[in-house]
Amino acid sequence: MSGANDPYDPKEVVALAPETLQNAVDDARKAFDGAADLDELAAVKPAHLGERSPVLTARREIGSLPAEEKADAGKRVNETRQAIQQAFDARHEQLRAERDERVLQEEAVDVTLPTDRVPSGARHPITQLMERVADDFVAMGWHVSEGPELEAEWFNFDALNFGKDHPARTMQDTFHIAPEDSGLVLRTQTSPVQVRALLSSELPVYRVSPGRVFRTDALDATHTPVFHQIEGLAVDQGLTMAHLKGTLDAFARAMFGPDTWTRFRPNFFPFTEPSAEMDVWFPEKKGGAGWVEWGGCGMVHPNVLRASGVDPETYTGFAFGMGVERTLQFRTGIPDMRDMVEGDVRFTEAFGIEY
Amino acid sequence: MRIPVSWLAEHLELSEDTSVDTLAEAFVNIGLEVEEVTRLTPIIGPLVVGRVAEIEELTEFKKPIRYCRVEVGKSETGEQQTRGIVCGATNFSAGSLVVVALPGTVLPGDFEISARKTYGRTSEGMICSTKELGIGEDHDGILVLPPGSADPGSPANEIVGLDDSVIELAITPDRGYCFSVRGLARELSNALDVPFGDPANRGIPDDDRPSRTVRIEDASACSRFVFRRLTGVDPTAPTPWWMQRRLALAGIRSISLPVDITNYVMLELGQPLHAWDTAKLSGDIVVRRAVAGESLVTLDGVRRDLDPDDIVICDDSGPVSLAGVMGGASTEIGQDTNDVLLEAANWEPTGISRMIRRHRLPSEAGKRFERGVDPAVAAVAAERAARLLVEYGEATISAGRTDVGEPPQPQPVTMPLALPDQVAGVRYGRGVTAKRLNQIGCGIEVGTSDDGVGVVTALPPTWRPDLTQPADLVEEVLRLEGYHTIPSVVPAAPTGSGLSATQRRRRAVSRALAHDGCVEVLPFPFTGEDTLDALGIGEDDPRRRTLRAVNALESDRALLSTTLLPGLFDALQRNLSRGRRDLALFHIGQVVLPEQDQPSVPELGVRQRPSDEQLAALHAALPAQPQHVGVVLAGQRERSGWWGSGREADWSDAVAAARLVAETAGVSLTVSAADRAPWHPGRCAALEVDGTVIGYAGELHPKVVEALELPKRTCAMELDLDALPMTDGRPAPNISAYPPVRLDVALVVDEGVPAAELGEVLRDGGGELIEDIRLFDVFTGEKLGAEKKSLAFALRLRASDRTLTQEEATEVRDAAVAAADQRFGAVLRG
Repeated sequence: MSGANDPYDPKEVVALAPETLQNAVDDARKAFDGAADLDELAAVKPAHLGERSPVLTARREIGSLPAEEKADAGKRVNETRQAIQQAFDARHEQLRAERDERVLQEEAVDVTLPTDRVPSGARHPITQLMERVADDFVAMGWHVSEGPELEAEWFNFDALNFGKDHPARTMQDTFHIAPEDSGLVLRTQTSPVQVRALLSSELPVYRVSPGRVFRTDALDATHTPVFHQIEGLAVDQGLTMAHLKGTLDAFARAMFGPDTWTRFRPNFFPFTEPSAEMDVWFPEKKGGAGWVEWGGCGMVHPNVLRASGVDPETYTGFAFGMGVERTLQFRTGIPDMRDMVEGDVRFTEAFGIEY
Repeated sequence: MRIPVSWLAEHLELSEDTSVDTLAEAFVNIGLEVEEVTRLTPIIGPLVVGRVAEIEELTEFKKPIRYCRVEVGKSETGEQQTRGIVCGATNFSAGSLVVVALPGTVLPGDFEISARKTYGRTSEGMICSTKELGIGEDHDGILVLPPGSADPGSPANEIVGLDDSVIELAITPDRGYCFSVRGLARELSNALDVPFGDPANRGIPDDDRPSRTVRIEDASACSRFVFRRLTGVDPTAPTPWWMQRRLALAGIRSISLPVDITNYVMLELGQPLHAWDTAKLSGDIVVRRAVAGESLVTLDGVRRDLDPDDIVICDDSGPVSLAGVMGGASTEIGQDTNDVLLEAANWEPTGISRMIRRHRLPSEAGKRFERGVDPAVAAVAAERAARLLVEYGEATISAGRTDVGEPPQPQPVTMPLALPDQVAGVRYGRGVTAKRLNQIGCGIEVGTSDDGVGVVTALPPTWRPDLTQPADLVEEVLRLEGYHTIPSVVPAAPTGSGLSATQRRRRAVSRALAHDGCVEVLPFPFTGEDTLDALGIGEDDPRRRTLRAVNALESDRALLSTTLLPGLFDALQRNLSRGRRDLALFHIGQVVLPEQDQPSVPELGVRQRPSDEQLAALHAALPAQPQHVGVVLAGQRERSGWWGSGREADWSDAVAAARLVAETAGVSLTVSAADRAPWHPGRCAALEVDGTVIGYAGELHPKVVEALELPKRTCAMELDLDALPMTDGRPAPNISAYPPVRLDVALVVDEGVPAAELGEVLRDGGGELIEDIRLFDVFTGEKLGAEKKSLAFALRLRASDRTLTQEEATEVRDAAVAAADQRFGAVLRG
């Protein structure tokens, strides 16, 4: 800033000279017009509108003018500044329009290029189906419980009313743990969780237990030594076989659709009496539509209730056990059991991550 | 159990139009599972009876071939016509009556017979086996009809009995009585409400003198023992065709008349019989348990060492039969036997079960005994068989019958009359309960209890040892009334509380890993010593403390795995062998971790709830089985593509997977260097939560990679999901709106200084104004000097109540660096 030079002619202050101001406008226009794109425009902006630009330098000089000159000089500086600003805005607008039209077009990419840097994973359909079943039962107010896979024979057999040497015990080809009389087995069914639930829970009990079970079947297209079951148990006052049927019908509809046909027929299990098998009508059955076994069920045997400390005179209950692999097969038509156990990622990937 | 419908129908008053489908459906409805219905197909075309007139043995072929002249009936002029037929069987001779399919006949399987040249002769038809006729599996020889049973030329369809069906049933273990025509026909009679004629309802003559002295020394093993003796038996007499046919349809091969008769009566009445050669027995017969050291050669020629629990039948020479399971070779009837003792006994079921398992001798007889045989039918069955031997084997029944033992008496069961209604949720009609119980053979008494409730007392029939409690009777009523009459009612469960936190957490972890690119697999939990060796898990490592399955399917996979890694490696290898290269697999599953001194499983009863102490002892005997989560990584973690090259999975991805699991669980994980198999000793991270190691992650040891033939630099992580503490909600943070100050700090430290610890020291040294600290660069180079590295951290500082000044920020940094210097001798890099 120049020092006060009273008396003072503003026209003699170089920064405020009309030519200087006109030059500032001209220079700015030239610079703005010369900017090829928005980045260049932004780069030249400070030189013409910034703190050290001629027009702002000029404005700072106004303060040193005599009072009567200030208004006139201020007006000129402002006009100058507005002119530069307008020049800038015009060029900015122009360049932005150009960018929108040309540059963005030039920057276009092929958006169909793959983006799978990290391919997505997947969850096993057996896990996902078990969760879905659990959710269906949770929605009905049931609890979900789990138990150990290595199980005491007492839970897997004795407490479930399998006589020590009854053929039913050998019917389920059991993996026994060494030594032979260890009293430990790999559970052949999820039913031991029934007993655990009864021993540890307050009545009434409404529980499902999904889990892995074991039988000594060699792996082939229709058998696997390791598979999954969903066990259900309800013990309450006044439960009847009609309630069992109603529960399984609801379950079947949740699994196979609202038009599912089911059939109940008598069967034998040591831990239920009366016992039943639930069949589902399967239109796509190999060799023609027909009934297929879905799972066993029945009214909890009084001996099982007694072994768990429940009075069969007061409480009744029902139980069921469905094969998860089987259910998945019915839902999806997987032809070969081995696909479900071998861990080929192509199989699991097909099921993705369900919501 | 396979049974021809015609045999069942013999004991039922079925209407003419009852189809096999009706019968099959009736079986299913009352709880007998129908496995298969086979309809015999009447054969179209000229299927006739033939008589073999001449046999010419053709010897120029590798196997015996016969060219036969077979009489196939008279022409219109009355002359016997013959056909030349080539036959590969040898179980017939000149004069045998056979079944001939003449050219034009179509056998089952759309097999059309025509005259054709074979083995150098023209064969004008075929001599049929039972298999070719569709009535049995026996293909060892052709079907030979007993002499005189038909004339040559007569149509064979009717004689062979092809207008019939066979129903195959799966009999549940509680229904031993259904292993017989008697039991099955009774069931059908109940299901269809048609009259039933009991084949056991035959009178037997009184004959008190014993055929032979039998002493039952162990009454717990045998409840009844019947002998009936026959002399003058011709064991070579042919079995009548009708019997052969029924046996064939039931899937039992014809062997000899005496054996066929015992099998036939077993199928008819459910009572297994054994035929002894009387001449080969010496002295009194004794039923007892075996004595250790005894042995016996059974009918199959195998010498079997006996167990003191085995039930044996003995004569003066010692054990001569494994009771109810298999007879002894020394007393077997043969071609020259003519004095036969027919045994019909009743053995204790569990004893038989144990013998079958111990000696691995499943049999038709054993199957029936272990499920329970009607003790009342023994003498009837012996009599029935004896009379058949008289009729077809020219035998004479000797006077006398041995009948010893004390069969258990059925015990009455009382229950409220309305109990079936209450269990089913159905209102059955009046009298239904009594009617149905009566139908299955119970003696019924209906009355009123002291408190005025209608009750029924049922005395179960001798063939139903399974009926011991009210529930058993209820099932009988329900199944005979039909399960289809039970309505479908959804019970109202009390308000639930949803999934448990553990269950929700497991799902979240599984989803997080899947979204992070991992694919879930469900490998079997079995492993072997060789795999644990390959993993470099030392003998004293707790993971070597494994349980073993006695009857594993693969002997080298008999151990219950203590880690998820072997299963994951198997899955990895399988995918690699199928051509997949870049793999990230995960598994969430239980492992079995036995204690060094795990107590053994206590004996517990089942008559009542075990005491809390007993249950505690039982639980203590079960090894811990925590849920683990495991991840294996091989190949590229990030693919190469148009964006540039990919990135191979490395140790850090394994650690990242662990961190992801922990983050999902809301737990912060502390990582430190560790040396543990099967990981690379320099690239293994111990994963800690609250000072407890819960797992490991990193790159595998090169030796492990080599031994398991995995891709180089395969990485893995396994942690104990159950050991992660449950987080009960997380605190809300204080969000400051003041601007941050960012500054970078590069520190030179010794190479061995863990970055995570240095970061912690910086954070602690800098104090609470450090909002975030992040390592963004690791640098080594000559400029730094040997065994030095530079770690660069980006710090974000912020105060909750003011804008930080540059001076404050510098103070924080200086304090952080000073702490790093004090702890690790860290020097600020210029």
